Amino acid sequence: MVGLEHYLTVAAALFVIGIFGIFLNRKNVIVILMSIELVLLAVNINLVAFSAHLGDLVGQVFTMFILTVAAAEAAIGLAILVCFFRNRGSIDVEDVNVMKG
Amino acid sequence: MTRADLIAVLPEALLALFALTALMWGAFGGKDRIARPLLYATAAMLALLALWIGSAGGGASTAFGGMFVNDAFARFAKVTILVAAAAVLVMGEDFLARRDLLRFEYPVLVALAVLGMMMMVSAGDLMALYMGLELQSLALYVIAAMRRDSLKSTEAGLKYFVLGALASGLLLYGASLTYGYAGTTTFAGILAAVRDSTLPLGLLFGLVFLVAGLAFKVSAVPFHMWTPDVYEGAPTPVTAFFATAPKVGAMALFARLLHDAFGPAGHDWGQIVAFLAVASMFLGAVAAIGQRDIKRLMAYSSIGHMGFALVGLAAGSATGVQAMLVYLAIYVTMNVGVFAFILSMERDGRHVTDIASLSLLARAEPTAALALLILLFSLAGVPPLVGFFAKYGVLVAAVQADMVWLALAGVIASVIGAFYYLRIVYLMYFGQEGEGLDGAMSWSQRALLVAAAAVMLVGVVNLFGIEGPAAAAAAALVR
Repeated sequence: MVGLEHYLTVAAALFVIGIFGIFLNRKNVIVILMSIELVLLAVNINLVAFSAHLGDLVGQVFTMFILTVAAAEAAIGLAILVCFFRNRGSIDVEDVNVMKG
Repeated sequence: MTRADLIAVLPEALLALFALTALMWGAFGGKDRIARPLLYATAAMLALLALWIGSAGGGASTAFGGMFVNDAFARFAKVTILVAAAAVLVMGEDFLARRDLLRFEYPVLVALAVLGMMMMVSAGDLMALYMGLELQSLALYVIAAMRRDSLKSTEAGLKYFVLGALASGLLLYGASLTYGYAGTTTFAGILAAVRDSTLPLGLLFGLVFLVAGLAFKVSAVPFHMWTPDVYEGAPTPVTAFFATAPKVGAMALFARLLHDAFGPAGHDWGQIVAFLAVASMFLGAVAAIGQRDIKRLMAYSSIGHMGFALVGLAAGSATGVQAMLVYLAIYVTMNVGVFAFILSMERDGRHVTDIASLSLLARAEPTAALALLILLFSLAGVPPLVGFFAKYGVLVAAVQADMVWLALAGVIASVIGAFYYLRIVYLMYFGQEGEGLDGAMSWSQRALLVAAAAVMLVGVVNLFGIEGPAAAAAAALVR
């Protein structure tokens, strides 16, 4: 029987993979965008699992909002990345270093 | 959707309508020819809304089933945000026009970001909080990268986007756990769940993730890494905007979430916020010392100032929230003045931001140098200027909440931080002969610089009476 805790475990695992993907990835900015999507999808799994468990629709409505905003976010992220590529000629994470922070 | 709901969100609805109409007009009508009138129209719209919201009294009202809260706290934060955004728009016009950056998208995006902030400070539900935050953030990512042909600007936009999206992810994960363990997304429902017993472990995790996500947005240490790079890389009018209105919005949202939804768990989040405050104050003070670029320096300065504002929040009392609101209003005024000057820094027609170029400014521009001196002293918290009373307020709130160590840390950090402000003043008056600045200030920049400096002097009488509305705002939030 698959219960709430199984869904939460999968979501937590996806969330951690997403966070590590952002920080440990040394290769490509596109991978970072994918990791961000992974984090947001982990949140969606969490919300839908809780929603089903509680018998309350609010969580699923929240998921719809997150899906919509995530699409807008990805569009803006890719647009900024295209501008960056035109100026730098590369999208390697190591090349995002004109300013040292 | 009833009539009462719509009346509660009327200012936001009008601003949204204005932004969308302006976007259509810009896209199908005048393109960038209309950028200048549109910029002034947007500033006028924001100022009018500030006047309207500021003069509208009355108690608290909620709309859309508690999703939207219109109370004294929201009104105070909204007026601060709107006035700051209008001032920043007007003073950046000359800078943008001369660098061919004055596009019609800029005022539209600023209006949308301000709309997001207004939704944030009025949020009464985790969903409303998220939608407001994203509306603000998405607009800000775009204007950070507004200078499309500049490597620095696009890199700033990219860094801001990646770390901002990560922050949203953390915040959402916290929101999902809070929803699961409280069974609802409304702040009132979460408050009831928190009040019943000690904080369940799931809600505590949710709270920690929510706080981490918001700490990113207010650039509190250890979630501050994006701030210096974004401030340096973004076009200066955009940096000026980042340093003012979004900080108020995010801090107000922080206070709203912690008090409205997690109020009874004050001893749990008080410790986390106190840690963020101490770390931010010290990093802001120490890391700014070595900076050579004034925009980077202002980034570290804003990290330090957010630390002080968080001290008021960590106190967890109505006095603390009042002190935080007063601090934010004063901080925004000081930053508008300083950035009005930074926007005018120019040599041979090119914008320069290195601090060394301020050498002996007092000889070339005595009025501007004097106004800047007053603002920098105020930022450092030197009595008897207004900036001192801002710091004094939050530290007293910390002492009253039995957090004497926090107040002491604040005093030490402000003494260390005074060093780099005074170094700029030293350069302006006793620096070495070198290549100075030769640009002229536009009327709006000069007016705002002098006005902000005058506020710092005249405000010592009674802080222009903002303490009363701030107290009412805090009373509306902390029950």
